[in-house]
Amino acid sequence: MTALAIRERAEEALLPPLVALLIALVAGDLLILSVGQSPASVFALMLQGTWGNAYGFGQVLYKTTTLICTGLCVSVGLRAGLFNIGGEGQLAAGGFAAALVGLALPATTPSLIAVALCVLAAIAAGGVAGWVPGVLRARFGAHEVITTIMLNFITLAALNWAISTRLRVPETLHTRDVHAGALARLSELVPAFHGSAANVSLLIALAAAALTGWYLFRTRGGYDLRAVGLQPEAAEYGGVRVGSVWIRALTMSGALAGLGGINFVLGYKHYYEDGFATGYGFLGIAVALVGRNHPGGVVLASLFFATLSQGGLAINAVVPRQMVDVLQGVVIIAVAASVPEVRRVLRIGRRRSAEA
Amino acid sequence: MSDGAEPLAARLSGIFKSYGAVPANRGASLDVAAGEIHALVGENGAGKSTLMRMLAGLFPPDAGRIEVNGRDVTGWSTADAIRAGVSMVHQHFMLIPTLTVAENVILGREPMRGWSLDMAKALIEVRTVAEESGFRVNVHERVRDLSVGEAQRVEILKALFRGARILILDEPTAVLSPPEVQELWRVLRSLRESGGTIVLITHKLDEVMAVSDHVTVMRHGETVATMLTTETTPAAIARAMVGRDVDLVMVSSARRAPPLPSRPSRAVPGGAAPLARSPLPAAEGASRRRPTATASLTPLLVQSLTVKGPRRERRVTDVSLSIAPGEILGIAGVEGNGQTELVEAIAGLRAVASGRIALGDRDITTLDVRRRAALGLAHIPEDRQRRGLVLDYSVADNLILGRQASFAHRPAGRLDRRRILANARDCLARFDIRPADPALPARALSGGNQQKVIIAREMGGDFSVLLASQPTRGVDVGAVEFIHAQLRAARDAGKAILLVSAELAEILALADRVAVMYRGRIVGLMPRDEASVETIGPLMTGAQDAAAVPA
Repeated sequence: MTALAIRERAEEALLPPLVALLIALVAGDLLILSVGQSPASVFALMLQGTWGNAYGFGQVLYKTTTLICTGLCVSVGLRAGLFNIGGEGQLAAGGFAAALVGLALPATTPSLIAVALCVLAAIAAGGVAGWVPGVLRARFGAHEVITTIMLNFITLAALNWAISTRLRVPETLHTRDVHAGALARLSELVPAFHGSAANVSLLIALAAAALTGWYLFRTRGGYDLRAVGLQPEAAEYGGVRVGSVWIRALTMSGALAGLGGINFVLGYKHYYEDGFATGYGFLGIAVALVGRNHPGGVVLASLFFATLSQGGLAINAVVPRQMVDVLQGVVIIAVAASVPEVRRVLRIGRRRSAEA
Repeated sequence: MSDGAEPLAARLSGIFKSYGAVPANRGASLDVAAGEIHALVGENGAGKSTLMRMLAGLFPPDAGRIEVNGRDVTGWSTADAIRAGVSMVHQHFMLIPTLTVAENVILGREPMRGWSLDMAKALIEVRTVAEESGFRVNVHERVRDLSVGEAQRVEILKALFRGARILILDEPTAVLSPPEVQELWRVLRSLRESGGTIVLITHKLDEVMAVSDHVTVMRHGETVATMLTTETTPAAIARAMVGRDVDLVMVSSARRAPPLPSRPSRAVPGGAAPLARSPLPAAEGASRRRPTATASLTPLLVQSLTVKGPRRERRVTDVSLSIAPGEILGIAGVEGNGQTELVEAIAGLRAVASGRIALGDRDITTLDVRRRAALGLAHIPEDRQRRGLVLDYSVADNLILGRQASFAHRPAGRLDRRRILANARDCLARFDIRPADPALPARALSGGNQQKVIIAREMGGDFSVLLASQPTRGVDVGAVEFIHAQLRAARDAGKAILLVSAELAEILALADRVAVMYRGRIVGLMPRDEASVETIGPLMTGAQDAAAVPA
């Protein structure tokens, strides 16, 4: 590839999110000014509370972990041309399954085996929650946006029922503590993280991102999957069974979200709590959007959104916490609006020249 | 138009336009006199459409000056252009299928009475415009019930209704049958008689010779020549288009066709046939090996095939055909008469309602695409940008589409990058694909080179039967030459080829037998010697309803 082509690609990958970030920064300044504070000091406070100390950074990493999983979930779907909005339900299902297996195993189970079984359960539960809309799409043509949204309600309501009637510790909405399959906190490796929720799930999530990237870009399965997403007719022509790729993609997508469940259940609280997944599914869409559906981008975007989220807590004292939610919304809108626009400007040449 | 003092209808000078880093126009110019038919020709990607889109106000040039009737209009909008009487008829029609002809024509300029639409007045106005310009069209008919040729007339009518005096037509004959092309020429000539100006974008030289007064040739975004049509020849235009001598024999001549007159004839009867009547003698075909009755096994056999569309309507009805080794069976017909469905059913992309397809001794009727391909079925699809290529994939990745399984390691399916790259380099060199960069996305290639990628992939490997659907559509003269040579070489190597083309000239130039499809049926089947524009043309339009002939 020529140097020019490499530069073009880099521009296309990096410029749109940076433009969006700039817009969000300006909007954030205006917001902070509107509540009578100095933007510089608020942003400084935000940085101090997130990247400025080990505990804050640990919290950022904890939130990053779940976001990587739900972000990968949305990305894999979109790479196959499918919009999986069911990340939240799939995440909850994964966490629930991990907790169930953990509770069922005797506390004396060797840790490595227990962890493996719990993680597999999380992946399998998320996978099933993704497989269902995949089959509905491939066999009956039911649109995955509708089915995944509806399955969110069904899954979350079913889990809520199971917890509130069967499995909870009285007066709470969570299960008993899981002893088998608990994951180590990062503070056991890096003592400075002490007190933060960051745990080795992060490494598992990073491995999942690497594996996803390898699958998408280095294997025949990924070749087929991306072809279906880009041009289903061409994929079909190339001997790819589009329906089975849809099923496979949504199953993988759900499995990745399900994997994210271990972060809370095995890594942080060591129990399943109703509502732990709230918000992560939808933020996963934003992560995928900003990360351009690339596993590397997803990791970076997860870090960014986790920082925003944790930063919101840090500046709570001087500005309303909701400001960060607004800022998050601004970033998402800015990316949604500017990515196609910036890409259009960058790409217009190539596309038109191909037409002319 | 004879008045020397009269300003030119359109004058474009020193036009530059780039899309990103890719220049489309590099100092292009064009002078169109009022009341003439001006042909604008060039290879694909020469910048013809870009130049004309700027004249029609779709986007401004980066530099240069555009004048209409002596007025500087550089950078105007489409609304300005329409108001000034400049209209462009695009390759893809912009009509609403469920509305009638009259409703489509008045859309955006509806005659009103108070707040309501004055349909009576609208009908009178549309009829008047249609009669003045010699259109034969029923204004009450719904556009979805029209043939492609009729729909195109409605597009032109729409432009005239809006007061167009300068009409730009972008490759208007691509979808027309020979009689429809003749009808279009009649309309264009009558528009010229009434003082209208027409710019005809095309890359078919016989069209240039048939209707134009002047011809301007573009190459690589520049204007290389403007000629009086009566004073030039197809060979001279072709040379200007590609910048070198083109072997018109390869492009045009029908094998075993009688020698043609040695002087180029200006009025070409079968209008849609590019270069069909070029002055060159037919290539010698006698020494070529002929399909023989003793050939062991029929490579492709189709029996009583019926294919249905999404609403259960029949798209292909009871089609039977067979192709011998070393034979090209050409399927002629106006597009949309079941050719697409027939080819896709054979390739495994479309379900078969009834009938049987066999590849050699294997019944493949129920096999999927991949297994059919593995049995030696190659397929050049008609829509290369939608079906044939994944445009955002690199050239190297596109060169394994359909064979990706054989480039992957078991069990995880890891793709063998080294072999993919080696395969790409081999294909790029053997099929002279430019630029020879395997990492470039297919989108960045010109139409001709995109088609070469598909040809390299489908014909570079081992196959026994080839389905070639519109193999030279929209590619430049040089690539046509190359692709035809490839098809002939494959035939001579004993492959069985099903060639579907809307270009009658292409069928006549390549096929050993010719079948004609009309409304999903094969309405005629004849050896090449009996096929000609005169015998096939009427069959294509259903005028002569011959009984279906089994192959």
